[in-house]
Amino acid sequence: MSTISLHDTHNHDSHDDHGHHKETFLTKYVFSQDHKMIAKQFLITGIIMAVIAMGLSILFRLQLAWPEKSFPILETFLGTWAEGGRIKPDFYLALVTIHGTIMVFFVLTAGLSGTFSNLLIPLQIGARDMASPFLNMLSYWFFFGACVIMMSSFFIQTGPASAGWTIYPPLSALPTAIKGSALGMTLWLISMIMFVASSLMGGINYVSTVLNMRTKGMDLWKMPLTIWAFFLTAILGVLSFPVLVAGVVLLIFDRSFGTSFYLSDIVMGTQVLPNEGGSPILWQHLFWFLGHPEVYIVIMPALGISSEVISVNSRKPIFGYHAMIYSLIGITVLSFIVWGHHMFVTGMNPLLGGVFMITTLIIAVPSAVKTFNYLATLWRGNIRFTPAMLFAIGLVSFFISGGLTGIFLGNASLDINLHDTYFVVAHFHLVMGSAAIFGMLAGVYHWYPKMFGRMMSSKLGYLHFWLTFISAYLVFFPLHFLGLDGVPRRYYAFTEFEFMQKWLTVNVFVTWAAIIGALAQVAFLWNFFYSIFKGKKAPQNPWEANTLEWTTPVEHLHGNWPGEIPTVYRWPYDYSKPGSDVDFIPQTVPFSQTMTSNMPHDFEGNTEAERIQREWEAKNPAVAEK
Amino acid sequence: MSLRKFISNKTIAALAVILTVFASTSAFAQAAGAAAETVAKPIDMGPVYKTVIFYTMAFLLLCLFIAIIGKSLKVYELTREAQDKPKGINWNTINGVLFALFLIVGLYGVYWEYTVHGKMILPEAASEHGKKIDQMFNITLIITTIVFIATHIILFVFAYIYRSTGKRKAYYYPHNNALERIWTIVPALVLTVLVLMGFLTWRSIFYKIEDPNNKPLNIEITSSQFAWAIRYPGADGIVGVKNYKLINSINALGIDFKDKNTLDDQTADEMVIPVNKPVRLILTSKDVLHSFYMPHFRIQLNTVPGMTSYFEFTPTITTEEMKVKTNDPKFAYLFLCAKICGEGHYKMQKEVRVVSQAEYEAWVKKQGTYLTDDLRKEFNLPVAAAPAAVAPADSVKKDTAAVKTNQLALKK
Repeated sequence: MSTISLHDTHNHDSHDDHGHHKETFLTKYVFSQDHKMIAKQFLITGIIMAVIAMGLSILFRLQLAWPEKSFPILETFLGTWAEGGRIKPDFYLALVTIHGTIMVFFVLTAGLSGTFSNLLIPLQIGARDMASPFLNMLSYWFFFGACVIMMSSFFIQTGPASAGWTIYPPLSALPTAIKGSALGMTLWLISMIMFVASSLMGGINYVSTVLNMRTKGMDLWKMPLTIWAFFLTAILGVLSFPVLVAGVVLLIFDRSFGTSFYLSDIVMGTQVLPNEGGSPILWQHLFWFLGHPEVYIVIMPALGISSEVISVNSRKPIFGYHAMIYSLIGITVLSFIVWGHHMFVTGMNPLLGGVFMITTLIIAVPSAVKTFNYLATLWRGNIRFTPAMLFAIGLVSFFISGGLTGIFLGNASLDINLHDTYFVVAHFHLVMGSAAIFGMLAGVYHWYPKMFGRMMSSKLGYLHFWLTFISAYLVFFPLHFLGLDGVPRRYYAFTEFEFMQKWLTVNVFVTWAAIIGALAQVAFLWNFFYSIFKGKKAPQNPWEANTLEWTTPVEHLHGNWPGEIPTVYRWPYDYSKPGSDVDFIPQTVPFSQTMTSNMPHDFEGNTEAERIQREWEAKNPAVAEK
Repeated sequence: MSLRKFISNKTIAALAVILTVFASTSAFAQAAGAAAETVAKPIDMGPVYKTVIFYTMAFLLLCLFIAIIGKSLKVYELTREAQDKPKGINWNTINGVLFALFLIVGLYGVYWEYTVHGKMILPEAASEHGKKIDQMFNITLIITTIVFIATHIILFVFAYIYRSTGKRKAYYYPHNNALERIWTIVPALVLTVLVLMGFLTWRSIFYKIEDPNNKPLNIEITSSQFAWAIRYPGADGIVGVKNYKLINSINALGIDFKDKNTLDDQTADEMVIPVNKPVRLILTSKDVLHSFYMPHFRIQLNTVPGMTSYFEFTPTITTEEMKVKTNDPKFAYLFLCAKICGEGHYKMQKEVRVVSQAEYEAWVKKQGTYLTDDLRKEFNLPVAAAPAAVAPADSVKKDTAAVKTNQLALKK
């Protein structure tokens, strides 16, 4: 056993007579230290936050589509923020701010990484739990606290933070500049510090678990791509999130203690502020030093999940396993030196703009490699369209569509006219919004049987996929053209400008598409929560996959495997291997049991194994010929 | 199917029926009221369509409908199974076909978007550097569109062709180094070309060589919540010094009138610029971040409190010419705010007019100066209209020097 022995022995006692180990409701469901339960906690919290953030987006889409109309129901729920049934401009900004914050951080970072890293890292590398289950539990509860604090800002008089999810000072630093920068912004900052603490605890755990607790035979080059993606994501997070905290702390100082890190030469109305010597650009550097890696923190786990799902459901090995890993590593490294492409037009030295343009466009290469490898994996596959597979294919489509527009925005010269327009909105909603959420949904459909021991309804899954896929394109594709017409984002209404009037009808269309997309999620929510209790009981390996998690029993145990942790002999992608009777060979099957399908490459230069194989082939010429 | 499940299904069905009945009666109750007044006219459903309950009911009805379809599908599949017939519905085929359909409809949709919405975008660039940007945009658009279409055709066609039929085994094909090398190197080469072009264009925009015979017209823009202030340099061509600490109710920009260059600085309600003459924008902000965005000229630069930034460009098409080109007699250039700056963010705009040199000169003469009588009193300047030379001589040298350094540090 290569895993940490202390942990092992602790769990060994409880496997055979599971239940004797005293587990109260509190330790099993609330303050659980079991990675599988924590994963579920992350997932359900993430889903709830996603529904809230989606609701917020529908609210501001209503405003954009019908800026002159009154919706009395809004006043019922929002009170003075929607007096007369019309959302106010500052509340509109609060809506877009909180929508962005929740989606980026709470749903696509914690909801995605938190769920699947927690669930899959121990299960797929063959560990009984995380390196530090206690830290893992804390990680969830800090995240939960962050969510609660963020949502509580909806219940204060001045409203939630409303300076955009990037909260650029001075707007975010001065309560006189916008109402949301009063108490709402303080709550935002506190929430974010808790969130970063949570994701650091998670990240450190993921990294150390992957590095130290792999089962026997599971060397790094035998790990599934999901694990590689989670591992590199965690490294990214551990290295970049602290920079955000640094930035946030300085902003708190500026806001509450009169420092001038980000403030200088400011006059509100006729009131001259005493701050001197700071620079608002500093915040942008600090923020985007996290912010850009953050984009990859969001998309890489989704890419990892889709690699696994596409491979399993194409019944084919993922094409270019090594290239997939090297491109993930490439993305990880490069993502630290591209943050300046968010700042081409801030007025920073144009020389920097040129440099960041070069690094940014280089990062497109590993992304392109990943895309082509997905396509090659589908080629001559035997594709089973499970809902997870549909979402994974959807991810590839979004990743292409949104990725290509990144080539425009990464080009400093083109960015001049596209920066902060709807083109940007369309770009990142496709490439990191839709693509990442599709990766997450693919993961939910795929590993639901592992999480809850039951199956989701695939027919509802199909309905969910097709409605969501189509409506996402209907929502985001037209928005590119608004951007090309020079319509800036975060505009409360298009009524003030003559040239924007022609887009009002498009806005109505987009809003309807968004509403349909939102309602389609009801199919998912119903499917998800209903199946927890009433779904069909899941078999042990419903998708006939190779990875280790499907060797665990359907009923969860604290410690994952009832006996010894299985040993790994091969890479996780032996699907449809020639010479094998079945179209999948789990990682736990030794080569000695698959003499008919072994290939010289499998032995990785192990001469003894090669000799045995040759001898066997000499004895069984008929089979070997095949 | 367990009995409990059967009952719960029945309960759900019964509930749904009750809801439907309730929905229709409540809808008809309102409709009936309207109908009673005017029997002959068609029933006015307007108020009903505005109620939330109508939409909730409609949605629940839809859910019920979907549930019924789902149940009947299940019954169908179960009966097939009970009769030992092959599976009734092959979802792999259905989804594969749907992907193929999605591809066809999607390709048409993309064509429609490019041709219909694509025509609604900005007209051609009205500035020298803007033409280069547009050219590069078009090249990038062509390349990305080809990749976009090709990869999507491959993706969805593969999804259709290689859907599982249950008869075929997938082809074990873990890697092909040659292929992988090709699709690493080709995108790298294409991107290198794009980067080089972008880099050269970027340089040509921000590193301008000043032509002593064709000096740019300096115009200072100050952003504040939620308005733009425009300052013209006056006869001396220099926008004078300002200091945010001098801002008060009469000196909105904090202009330091001790600097003689400020004395002739002019206010303007709109930006009027002569065609084919370089213009140098001096961008500053009074309070928070804003972004000076002039889309028709492909110009955007943030305005940052505490930092001055510059953008130099040459307009090439007058407003009148653009009216003809766009076939829109109401056409007007404008600039607006593109960086979130507060609740009035969506209203910050100013008109821009590009005119001939003669028109510009006539217009600029009519603009008033920033220096008012109140300000003269504050800065102890003679109230009567005085020539610029009156200003204290000692400060002049220093300030003009300061203005001169107000240029890009990295100018080449």
